[in-house]
Amino acid sequence: MNKETIGSKVVKWILIGVSILFAILMLVLPLITVITESLKQGWQVYIDSVADEYTVKALLLTLEATVFAVVINTVFGLFAAWALTKFRFKGKKLLGTMIDLPVTVSPIIAGLIFVLTFGRQSPIYPLLQELDIKIVFAVPGIILATVFVTFPFISRELIPVLEAQGTDEEEAAALMGAKGWTIFSKITFPHIKWAFLYGIVLCTARAMGEFGAVSVLSGHLRGKTNTLPLHVEILFNEFKYVPAFAVSSILVMMAVLILIIRSIVEYIGKRESEDVR
Amino acid sequence: MMKKASKRVIPGFGLSMGVTISILSIVVLIPLASLVVFTSTMDIGAIIETITRKRVLASFEVSFITAFIASAINAVMGVILAWVLVRYDFPGKRLLDGMIELPFALPTAVAGISLTSLTANTGLIGGFFDKFGIKIAYTRIGIVIALVFIGIPFVVRAVQPVLEKLEPSYEEAATVLGASRTRIFWKVIFPEILPAVFTGFGLAFGRCLGEYGSVVFIAGNQPFETEITPLIIMAELQEYDYASATAIALVMLLASFLILFLVNLIQTRNAKILKGGS
Repeated sequence: MNKETIGSKVVKWILIGVSILFAILMLVLPLITVITESLKQGWQVYIDSVADEYTVKALLLTLEATVFAVVINTVFGLFAAWALTKFRFKGKKLLGTMIDLPVTVSPIIAGLIFVLTFGRQSPIYPLLQELDIKIVFAVPGIILATVFVTFPFISRELIPVLEAQGTDEEEAAALMGAKGWTIFSKITFPHIKWAFLYGIVLCTARAMGEFGAVSVLSGHLRGKTNTLPLHVEILFNEFKYVPAFAVSSILVMMAVLILIIRSIVEYIGKRESEDVR
Repeated sequence: MMKKASKRVIPGFGLSMGVTISILSIVVLIPLASLVVFTSTMDIGAIIETITRKRVLASFEVSFITAFIASAINAVMGVILAWVLVRYDFPGKRLLDGMIELPFALPTAVAGISLTSLTANTGLIGGFFDKFGIKIAYTRIGIVIALVFIGIPFVVRAVQPVLEKLEPSYEEAATVLGASRTRIFWKVIFPEILPAVFTGFGLAFGRCLGEYGSVVFIAGNQPFETEITPLIIMAELQEYDYASATAIALVMLLASFLILFLVNLIQTRNAKILKGGS
């Protein structure tokens, strides 16, 4: 018996050791590399690279696309979750599959389908040109691509929570004469509050880092259609390694911040749902 | 019609369905339909000619092999990580748990250039392996490493909840009956988590097949050697050859839908187990 417990203790620490080694090599080291590489030529070069005109413009475009993605997917996520969980109708499963579709498509293919929809060979291209609307190789294309790749991120968090909650409370409220908005804000929203925040965090993370789809739709014009991840690519391919890592460090800080917020949201959400029980 | 409406007590069906379908159409359905429309104008012979080009076939091979190896590594590492996070207590556990999500939060381009500089000859890891004559960056090994990074959260997050919900009574029974720890793992625990491992493997594999950002930097992009399929599609797009890009994309789409279908199949069975456990 004693031999057995010693054996399982050895196994325990071997497994923990393997896990920590993996995490250090695959997750921590890449983060540290970004920081050390970006500071290789000192603070002045770092600050110059970060405060560079094109970097700031790329950051603003990234933020713009992220805000659009979060707002559109929030509106969509709330309505879609309401429709999918509070009612029974035909084709519900198909609708759910359609919503999840964008995350299974390669980002490059996501970019491709928008080029086919709005690009030069599209049937609606003459119309777009007449109205002077530019989508492909312009900012609207970047925003559309970002919305596409993050499309189900918020609805996917809300649907399981609402499904578990059922429809009894809403039905009771409706029978007592409550209006739609009252039901949503007083009964439904308190249940999904944390899942909703969680979804926004995930959506933000993916939106600010999207590379492939945005790369297809961006004309790679510096200062105009360049997002931060694309700016990193341009600098790296021009062998400007230190500036490339300096710009990356902004994204690393954003990513770490998102992970911290994510952990806090998850922690509070879990504690609250345990309190209810 | 009246009867149908009266069944719905909760208000907002029309509004919520309307908004859902409208946004879904603009963002997903119309663009996907344009892919179908564009494909229908293409000649089958031309499609087959494009996807059987030697360089394209080689890229399929590179993409499938590297994605498969990376997902297999992730399946093993994912189970170990999930096991450690669920079953053991040790300092830094919460930090490790939070870090698993890093590949979701870190932009792929940043991961790409960082892993490249680490594994190049001049880098910390690359320099070490270079002494033994092993090159990592700009080879298929490099692609696998980037894909391991991208795919690891999928397996961990698929296996973790199943391990958490596993009833301890079976294990206790097996221990009382005198089974060894290894035997218990393979005979009692492993069959229970296997569907979740497959789900995680499938999701990681699907993601890795389409991955672009982290791979382009580390791959070196040598035709026939380290050129992945998404990169070929990208190259065709940059030359405005939309027909070729679409033809190759169709193969990739077909593959990812097939994977998604299999994952869904396993997941439905898995959901039953999860529900039974709670």
